[in-house]
Amino acid sequence: MMEKMIFGRYVPADSIIHKMDPRSKLLIIFLFVCVIFLANNALTYALIGIYTFLMLGLSRIPVRFLYGGLKPVIWLVLFTLVLQLFFTKEGTLLFELGPIKIYEEGVRQGIFISFRFFFLILMTSLLTLTTTPIEITDGIETLLHPLNKIRFPVHEMALMMSISLRFIPTLMQETDKIMKAQIARGVEFASGPFKERIKAVIPLLIPLFVSSFKRAEELAIAMEARGYRGGEGRTKYRELSWKNADSLQLGFLVILTILLILLRS
Amino acid sequence: MDISLKHVEYRYQKNTPFERLAIEDVSIDIPTGVYMAIIGHTGSGKSTVLQHLNALLQPTKGSVEIGEHEIVASQKNKNLKKIRQKVGIVFQFPEHQLFEETVEKDIIFGPLNFGVSETEAKERARIALKQVGLAEEILEKSPFDLSGGQMRRVAIAGVLAMEPDVIVLDEPTAGLDPRGRKEVMDMFYSLHKERKLSTILVTHSMEDAARYADQIVIMQQGKVVKKGTPEEIFSSPTELVEMGLDVPEVVRFQLKLEEKLDMKLEKIFLTIDELSSAVAKRISRGVRS
Repeated sequence: MMEKMIFGRYVPADSIIHKMDPRSKLLIIFLFVCVIFLANNALTYALIGIYTFLMLGLSRIPVRFLYGGLKPVIWLVLFTLVLQLFFTKEGTLLFELGPIKIYEEGVRQGIFISFRFFFLILMTSLLTLTTTPIEITDGIETLLHPLNKIRFPVHEMALMMSISLRFIPTLMQETDKIMKAQIARGVEFASGPFKERIKAVIPLLIPLFVSSFKRAEELAIAMEARGYRGGEGRTKYRELSWKNADSLQLGFLVILTILLILLRS
Repeated sequence: MDISLKHVEYRYQKNTPFERLAIEDVSIDIPTGVYMAIIGHTGSGKSTVLQHLNALLQPTKGSVEIGEHEIVASQKNKNLKKIRQKVGIVFQFPEHQLFEETVEKDIIFGPLNFGVSETEAKERARIALKQVGLAEEILEKSPFDLSGGQMRRVAIAGVLAMEPDVIVLDEPTAGLDPRGRKEVMDMFYSLHKERKLSTILVTHSMEDAARYADQIVIMQQGKVVKKGTPEEIFSSPTELVEMGLDVPEVVRFQLKLEEKLDMKLEKIFLTIDELSSAVAKRISRGVRS
């Protein structure tokens, strides 16, 4: 059932995007999320669209897989479109049917905002699709390193993140296993009245909680047994290396930003 | 209830970059009342086969007949609940599925789901508990207060209380101590004999397969590579060793004995008793013949 999920999933491939430093990817995503709000006319949106699809193309993620995974999101995008259509009351009136009034500005805003939403989703999924969770946490840890000065526990936070990310697949497997065991005992997760389906979650959640607590305790004991004592003086097995390609990509985004500023109305 | 797999293929995560072929062209017939062992290494596809036996997985090619129901690839199947009542599965580490407040509630959970009345379900819980060798006092305890071995037995009782016609066991003794292992295996064997339960044991233990099964299926890399009675399977032990599989201790001993004494017994023996009496008989006649 979760086979088509693409959020938070890493797809290994040999591409320029995969090889980039996670720090540059994180910076680019952060900048992109800010920069996308600069777009306010068809030309600037087209630019952002071209940039997004160029990045997707470079990442070599199979289009069919992306399409399958993003299908549920398209409904969300359509929903925002409809919301904008009905609730923006500016510009000339285009269409009227009883209480429903659609204005020119509503159509414009609706289309723009759904595109913005769509591009944002594409770019952020691209980050997780091309970067392993460990790389992401390593990247965040080094980027946030300066915060250590104000006594922010950067290493502990990064450790928490990597542990939780590490156990997502384990938890998914476990969910699948327990679900199957309970289905074999006559539970119906996918059909039946709504109330029954809510009740069916209990035999799934309780075993999951029990095993998660057990696993957390075992992990804590194992870490203690191996002498773990936090981030101070710790060296890294995987070292991040900033390459020319990273500077190039960042420069590319800066050029896009300048273009957007020049071309926006 | 007969179960029959016909040219079954299963691919995980079909149509994604993660697509993986798990089993291919698997055909197995499981007639009513048989005790069948499915043997293979980890990753040989034996657990995938197991999940087809009560329609937890639907084949991506081929078909599975379970009693009068037929599960075919690429078709929505209904009435799966009826199948699941008839085919009980004891998963690996079944104690992970316990969730209720008391042992009794957990055991009657399955039967209640299949529409059995509460009084009858409770009666069944008592019987099942006795079958797995636990005392009745345990019924009111929380399953999470029990020892690992007891939890395992309670979980097994939960499947037995469904009163299935076919019972599928996935490594039911993994993680138990040798004594617990033998007790659990003997219990399933006597259930098989008394209730004429078809039993399908998925395992990598050759000893268990040799001791209990009427039929053995050997799987390797998603395919069935050998089928037959234990005598047939173990009569060519070198072939098994080439596949990286173990041969039961008794058979190994017999082979060594035959080699050292330069003789051949009339057939392969699977139990110590049979082998020792055959050897004794041979010795009384004189070793060489």
